[in-house]
Amino acid sequence: MQYLDPSLLAAADPARPWTWSFVALTFAIYLYIGWRSRVKDSKGFYVAGQGVPAIANGAATAADWMSAASFIGMAGLISFTGSDGAVYLMGWTGGYVLLALLLAPYLRKFGHYTVPDFIAARYYSETARVVAAICAIFVSITYVAGQMKGVGIVFSRFLEVPLEIGVVIGMLIVGFFAVLGGMKGITWTQVVQYFILILAFMIPSVAISGILTDSSIPQIGFASSDISEKLNDVLVDLGEKEYTQPFNSFTQLNVFCITAALMFGTAGLPHVIVRFYTVKDVRAARYSAVWAIIFIAILYTTAPALGMFARYNLIKSMHNARIENITIQNGGQTIVCANAEQAENDRQRLADEGKSVTPIYNLVSSEGEPLSWATQWQLTGLLKFDDWNRDGSISLKVMDTSDTDGNAVRKSELAKIDKDIIVLSTPEVAGLPPWVIALVAAGGLAAALSTAAGLLLVISSSLAHDLFVRFVTPNATEPQKLLIGRIAIIFGILVAGYFGINPPGFVGEVVAFAFGLAAASFFPAIFLGIFYKRANRAGAVTGMIVGLAFTLTYIVMATSHKVLPMFYDAPMLSPENYFLAGWFGMEQGISPQGIGTIGMLLNFVVTITISLLTPPPPQEVLDLVESVRVPKGSGEAVSH
Amino acid sequence: MQQYWRSNLRIVAVLMAIWFVVAFCISIFFIQPLNSFTIGKLGLGFWFAQQGSIFVFVLLVLAYALLMDRLDRKYDVNE
Repeated sequence: MQYLDPSLLAAADPARPWTWSFVALTFAIYLYIGWRSRVKDSKGFYVAGQGVPAIANGAATAADWMSAASFIGMAGLISFTGSDGAVYLMGWTGGYVLLALLLAPYLRKFGHYTVPDFIAARYYSETARVVAAICAIFVSITYVAGQMKGVGIVFSRFLEVPLEIGVVIGMLIVGFFAVLGGMKGITWTQVVQYFILILAFMIPSVAISGILTDSSIPQIGFASSDISEKLNDVLVDLGEKEYTQPFNSFTQLNVFCITAALMFGTAGLPHVIVRFYTVKDVRAARYSAVWAIIFIAILYTTAPALGMFARYNLIKSMHNARIENITIQNGGQTIVCANAEQAENDRQRLADEGKSVTPIYNLVSSEGEPLSWATQWQLTGLLKFDDWNRDGSISLKVMDTSDTDGNAVRKSELAKIDKDIIVLSTPEVAGLPPWVIALVAAGGLAAALSTAAGLLLVISSSLAHDLFVRFVTPNATEPQKLLIGRIAIIFGILVAGYFGINPPGFVGEVVAFAFGLAAASFFPAIFLGIFYKRANRAGAVTGMIVGLAFTLTYIVMATSHKVLPMFYDAPMLSPENYFLAGWFGMEQGISPQGIGTIGMLLNFVVTITISLLTPPPPQEVLDLVESVRVPKGSGEAVSH
Repeated sequence: MQQYWRSNLRIVAVLMAIWFVVAFCISIFFIQPLNSFTIGKLGLGFWFAQQGSIFVFVLLVLAYALLMDRLDRKYDVNE
């Protein structure tokens, strides 16, 4: 055992100066645009009705909607779910078809209002507005929580702080941008953010595709190369299932339910719907949907290729990596251990002194490359190794062993890998230059910030405009309203930050819950509002409450040990008790990610049944429905 | 106007039917039998679930915008 000066170890990250420069540069651009559009605004340059061009609105919608989940989370999730990762790909893009064909043009015709405004007008009820506003708050907070964890991971990795502190830094920055960007002109910031995030995603993907396959185009390399076959073989060798085999991660029923929940949720997301009010007319709303899905598809058809390449690269570089040494940080001291045996003894000794430490493995790949990225990620706590067979190398093979209580378990020596680090680490694993690594960090932040800004605006408008000002202080002055809006944003950030630190799942999964809630509450109310004249106040209000309450309860019960760790050690609703488990001979029931589909069906049934049992809507509401069905006379656009 | 709305519904119904077949039938319900066919080195079902369906979705949204343009002109309801 020897003692080292910790500064000798800390200087290892070549990407850090690049990351600082890129993040500072992109943030300066966002600030500049925000500041410029504010100045423009106050001089009255921003003429209402001018609207935003369809292509720009398409890019802004794409940025608004492609969040940290799409950028940081999705490819990593696909990487580890294999074939079933299609739920995220199809769920989030297929939902766009629903939005473009069934909702967006009609809501644009309805005019310049929020989603609760549409629900209140269509269902001639302030109660409906309140219910819709509450649904919007739940959906948006869940969604922001996913962004917070994403931002937290980026900061945690590049500032070398624990995840919790990374989330807090993220909260401060997102809050700053939301309060500042909570004005008009946010659209142009999001256009810039789209181009940053798509570049940051495509550059490493193209580079890796060029290295691993014959084609630099990831979509082509994905299908034409033999990586899929090689990966399948490697995984089977390691004792895992084939990558391209369907229904390994979810049952067929769950693949269906999760895909549907994500699709219908996408169509019901308030912050995305709001985007369509900013265009000139109904026709522009349709074309801005076309542009948006093209922009989205660029990332979404690349993600499965990146996921597959990343999994292959990760196994290639980590499997049979030799342990150079293992370091333990004890206060200001660094203890260097030669092997896992020593490290475990030191860890045990420090634990007896009441100090909790994590041994950091410094690895050299089987091809002789030092894996400095693995060292960096271990510092965040999101990657852990354990050479439990004490052979001086890391094996990813799933082997039989026993745990501390002597029970038989099957595990590899990769003790923990958080799926959310896959995309961020991919360029490092593939040995791409440091500026690419930095660009990916800036892209991840762009994705999270653009979405969080839109969501926090929805939270603040729902709390301040739809609830507080209307019911608590109807006589509030303009500055008071602004103050309430700002307090609402801070409240939203605090709640979201809490769930960012105690997440009920990975970024992609947390976001999936938000979509489930949106599917179960909003989609039926808006869809029936346009296509079913007979839907009335009583039906819609009951339907939304039932859909939201059912879905929210199910998700909270199934994740209670994660969202409320101080009260629960185990989930209140364990997987063997999931809905439909044991029915019709099915082994597994519906997972909390897919329960939104059932919540939505309940909402439809309740809304239609109660509407038919109660009097039809009044004539002026029927006229309103008639008018949204025809594009002519859509009125002036509003800028957001 | 009733006729305009009915034509609109017909367009939406046809496009949504394609959406359903691609997203659910091809990519989920019948993914296993379809995987015995291949595109490049990938199973056809797998490819549709992770790539093909997204291309189809883009075409559906584009087709809707173009078809509705024509319909709007025919009934003179555009601006």
